[in-house]
Amino acid sequence: MEETNIVSYRVNHLRQLESEAIYILRETAAQFEKPALLFSGGKDSIVMAHLARKAFHPARIPFPLVHVDTGHNFQETIQYRDDYAADLKAELIVGLVQDSIDKGTAVEEKGVNASRNALQTVTLLETLEEHQFDAALGGGRRDEEKARAKERFFSHRDDFGQWDPKNQRPELWNIFNGRKHHGEHFRVFPLSNWTEMDVWQYIKSENIPLPNLYFAHDREVVHRNGGLLATSEFVQPQEGEKVETLHVRFRTIGDMTCTGAVESDASDMDAIIQEVASARETERGTRADDKRSETAMEDRKKEGYF
Amino acid sequence: MTEEETFSSEGYLDMDLLRFTTAGSVDDGKSTLIGRLLYDSKNTFDDQLAAVEESSKNRGDENVNLALLTDGLRAEREQGITIDVAYRYFATPKRKFIIADTPGHIQYTRNMVTGASTANLAIILVDARHGVIEQTMRHAFIANLLRIRHVVLAVNKMDLVDYEQAAFDKIVTQFKEFASRLDNIVDMTPIPLSALKGDNVVDKSTEMPWYEGPSLLYHLENVYIGTDQNHVEARFPVQWVIRPHSDEHHDFRGYAGRVAGGVFKPGDEVTIEPSGFKSKIKSIEGFDGPQEQTFAPLSSTITLEDDVDLSRGDMIVKSNNPPKKDQEIEAMICWFSEGKQLQPRGKYYLRHTTKEVKAIVQEVRYKVNINTLHKIEDDKSFGLNEIGRVSIRTSSPLLYDSYRRNRTTGSFVLIDQQTNETVAAGMIV
Repeated sequence: MEETNIVSYRVNHLRQLESEAIYILRETAAQFEKPALLFSGGKDSIVMAHLARKAFHPARIPFPLVHVDTGHNFQETIQYRDDYAADLKAELIVGLVQDSIDKGTAVEEKGVNASRNALQTVTLLETLEEHQFDAALGGGRRDEEKARAKERFFSHRDDFGQWDPKNQRPELWNIFNGRKHHGEHFRVFPLSNWTEMDVWQYIKSENIPLPNLYFAHDREVVHRNGGLLATSEFVQPQEGEKVETLHVRFRTIGDMTCTGAVESDASDMDAIIQEVASARETERGTRADDKRSETAMEDRKKEGYF
Repeated sequence: MTEEETFSSEGYLDMDLLRFTTAGSVDDGKSTLIGRLLYDSKNTFDDQLAAVEESSKNRGDENVNLALLTDGLRAEREQGITIDVAYRYFATPKRKFIIADTPGHIQYTRNMVTGASTANLAIILVDARHGVIEQTMRHAFIANLLRIRHVVLAVNKMDLVDYEQAAFDKIVTQFKEFASRLDNIVDMTPIPLSALKGDNVVDKSTEMPWYEGPSLLYHLENVYIGTDQNHVEARFPVQWVIRPHSDEHHDFRGYAGRVAGGVFKPGDEVTIEPSGFKSKIKSIEGFDGPQEQTFAPLSSTITLEDDVDLSRGDMIVKSNNPPKKDQEIEAMICWFSEGKQLQPRGKYYLRHTTKEVKAIVQEVRYKVNINTLHKIEDDKSFGLNEIGRVSIRTSSPLLYDSYRRNRTTGSFVLIDQQTNETVAAGMIV
């Protein structure tokens, strides 16, 4: 009898990660007065919303969803975002980068590689401040990028929204210190210990529906800066660039101006997991925003990026 | 992975998880070892490697510096040292691994303590040329203090001692002599290797036919960690009360938390601490319906037969096996604050499971010289990276077990009341 019990107490890696993330989500609800969940319609934030739903079941999730919209998002993402929020019966707050530009707090970049990616930080901070959110739950993972590897679950931000990587609170066991002074806030990352593979495995094992962009489909693209960009009203072919229709999918979903597509035949979950397992490039390898310098992510994070 | 190999995503959905920490001094080749583990187990990506090759070239390194795979912050890359705990992830078809890569220098003791707090296993590196040094003992002491049951003594740079068995044996003997006093370590596995050349890291070395044990990765994939959780003493610290206030779940009242020990099943007789109320478990709620049981370390929601007053910070325990309940505790602490020393009779917030209380550190019993492991009883000042035993009084009773019995209900942190910084980590004796 005891023998079989010991065997049945095994908890596989996905259940351990799920259990940890749910613990963090509940700590966030308990320790902060007004948390919010950053929701972009990308797979990581979809997993976050799914975990939040589980954490507080059968009650509704006790915080709103916040999306920082560059205005350059894929239509499929926006549709998915709205449907999912409605399904969760959650409040959805959208911060528009265009509003920050109109107010003059953010300035549009110029040129072929112009992107509103960096401008999101301004709008994010403005949205958090406007609604007095004291904790923002994000889907960031430590495996994504080298600066993120040093990130805490509960990441303290000063009253300017800045991150100080050299002066972070130590985190031991599962004790999280969310104490703060007035005006300061926290970013909270429940998926810190997940890898891209874990996220896909979890989506499969939980049967979570995703936007179609993640699955292979025909799309018009141009080759630019070593990657593929989908053409749209925001990405027009430049001189010498040829528009081609290729069978592609997206490994991450962000702003259309800097999220590259990859050629792929992966049209279902198993095929995607196989592709991830044999991938030779990290998923952020398709993100032009990370390639601006060796410490591009660290620099943006210090300013208050996601 | 080649196309011919059959791919089963089912296998990937059901792997074990092993968390380990690595400790070594600056030149022991720790970052190189981790880089090698990631590289040889094919867990590095082309764009990461390209970035590392580029950096190596810029730094004037002769070979591709695998250590750069693990250094993230600008200051770390510039100085070629690891400052903060860095978490790394890799997987083989058997297990997913979380590495807490911690700097080994004495000035980073707090980071090693942090990394060790969640680890099942510690890899302690020594340089085959130098053998067991003060640092090695310190690393073993901290692993033991944080109750890491499994230790790998990785004797690195075997290529520099001509792969000689005698050099290896001498170090193992030295280490065992010392480690025999560290009674939390139940399993010590010595492995001779060369991180630079790849000997015994992922693949068995052909240079050391005298060594019959496993490669490091094989050991990490197979070491048995199933008994590390306490499945006897049932502990459920309440995190959050779920009250839907909806028509469908009008009277629903669920207690959300993460099981810290033992097993809970519907029908179990439980006691609510600290109130002492008794009740029975009505159900274990799951997203997909009621569950038959829950156990550590699962996050769950429990409902009770009776309407009792229960909130965050309370603990549901099995009636036949209660935790200790006291306002006076004895603990080993490690001091984390750079700015402030431990204040004599200083007041702090103390966080323990989901509860926060005020606490006074009443007395420093002794400090440990973490290089010689001797007790220091005549100097009661307590600063950054120091470890010692203190007595603490709390504003209301803690529900706890000794850290040796339960890492969750036996651990706490102290928080400075002015700065809100986490200033110490504590393990209840």
